[in-house]
Amino acid sequence: MMLLSLHNLSVKRGRKRVISEVDLTLGQGEVVGLVGPNGAGKTTLMRAALGLIPADGQSSLAALSARARGKAVAWMPQSREIAWSVTVETVIRLGRTPHLRAGQKQRPEDQAAVDRAIEQMGLDRFRDRPATQLSGGEQARVLIARSLAQEAPLLIADEPTAGLDPAHQIAAMRSFTQAAAQGRGVLVSLHDLGLAARHCTRLIVLHNGKIAADGLPQDTLTPSIVKTVFGITAFSQITDKGFVFQALDLTS
Amino acid sequence: MLAPFWALLMGRSAILALGLIGLVLGLFVVSLLIGPSTASVGDSTNALITGQGGPLSVVMREIRLPRALLGVLIGGSLGLSGAAMQGYLRNPLADPGLIGVSGSAALGAVLAIQTGLAAIAALALPVMALGGALLGVLLVVLLAGPRGTSLALILAGIAISAFAAALTSLVLNLSPNPYAANEIVFWMMGSLADRSMTHVWIALPFLLGGGLLLGSLGRGLDALTLGEDAAEAMGINLLRLRLTVILGTAAVVGASTAVAGAIGFVGLVMPHLLRGFVGSRPGALLWAATLGGAAMILASDILVRLVVPDRDLKLGVVTALVGAPLFLHLIYRTRKEGV
Repeated sequence: MMLLSLHNLSVKRGRKRVISEVDLTLGQGEVVGLVGPNGAGKTTLMRAALGLIPADGQSSLAALSARARGKAVAWMPQSREIAWSVTVETVIRLGRTPHLRAGQKQRPEDQAAVDRAIEQMGLDRFRDRPATQLSGGEQARVLIARSLAQEAPLLIADEPTAGLDPAHQIAAMRSFTQAAAQGRGVLVSLHDLGLAARHCTRLIVLHNGKIAADGLPQDTLTPSIVKTVFGITAFSQITDKGFVFQALDLTS
Repeated sequence: MLAPFWALLMGRSAILALGLIGLVLGLFVVSLLIGPSTASVGDSTNALITGQGGPLSVVMREIRLPRALLGVLIGGSLGLSGAAMQGYLRNPLADPGLIGVSGSAALGAVLAIQTGLAAIAALALPVMALGGALLGVLLVVLLAGPRGTSLALILAGIAISAFAAALTSLVLNLSPNPYAANEIVFWMMGSLADRSMTHVWIALPFLLGGGLLLGSLGRGLDALTLGEDAAEAMGINLLRLRLTVILGTAAVVGASTAVAGAIGFVGLVMPHLLRGFVGSRPGALLWAATLGGAAMILASDILVRLVVPDRDLKLGVVTALVGAPLFLHLIYRTRKEGV
């Protein structure tokens, strides 16, 4: 079953096309990494796919009603906003918003989803702490847990691992892999190509608003693409521990 | 021992709700029993309920009852709209007056006094004030655009407020009649004195309608804690939320200003004061600030009558005198927490 399909999706900002004719499908069990240099259009592509900004072309998610979309996809924006000093558990519980009608009390299955997300992100000891008092990395984990608690078939996350320590970067990527193993799908934008190469089942390289490559990590992070898109050289090898990618130097 | 037991039984928010409801009810009764005509509690209650008390019944039913009712309604409305505005803008310093409604309502009222219409027909003042509020909110929505950002809304509100204040000053400036100017200044200080049941009936539909609109926002405001993008992706219709906040605030603040003048600080202080008690959840703050606002206005209106009974102290002056130091204390506390 397809969880996301984009057809001929284009976004204009003023007269400039920032996303051009993107075709993309994402199915169950996939952890798709969206990589590309700053300004390539990763965030714009994700927001257009969600229908949060106007776009030409088709997106299966943008066609849904707001309520249906809330059940079909969980979105973790790049800006990690927590406006009030609510507890960590309250923040994570907000992920259940699409499943509850206005004024409806939380059901046992909602609490169960919240507890699962808390456990998955290792946040149990923070449960009753005000979320605004946590460090930036801890807040990021809280917000990842919030999007996991939504338990939507598709999770779209914009740089969820930025600012996390290595252990928590890996833990976050593992939670995505775990979600995929349960039949969900994940689209995640990443700057750390090594992390992307290791934990994603598939990579999409975005360059100037166009898809430059789409496929297995070892097929997309080729020396020529890495050179033209990112302007770097890299060491990469398929080892007995999987595909390993390490950026080395600038090309120029 | 008792408090923890009740806490276990009912939860903190239930205790807060019961406490606030009790406070509002108590203050409402006290408000009914206070006034220049000294009558015993029994006689007053009897006169109010049966209507068989001669002049005392008239005092109770036509002077004190509307005053106490307006205190509850207007206080609740100001507290509620303050909580909704702060939740929507995600800013603890937001005030319902921010979107220019109270300023434009005041301009309408001032024009009614200045032109002498208010002296001819008692209803001219609240009706023109409501008209001013409506015009003000229409201009704000036009300026900010229906899809605009919250920043555009604040800027449009400030522009309309400033313009309305300038026009109000102009009216005062050109007023040939010092009595009218005096009346305008006193009216703008805000008061619940000498209001009739007619005032209650004029304001009630707007206060209830606007209150229902604002009261429906809990889920959306809670979701907005995570920002506009996340809230929208969770199924919150931001366009509708925004219009509901604007229209609801315009209705309750416009109607409040129309019958009671400008009463400041309730919408700013009450949400701030009660936020900690509801775990900072903007949705839960809506009802808490409603009850707190009602209690604050009732208490201030009682204070007005107790402190200098013969000098007609204005309600808006007291809420500002009480609110400003309270606000300073909250700022001090916030600074100490290092937030």
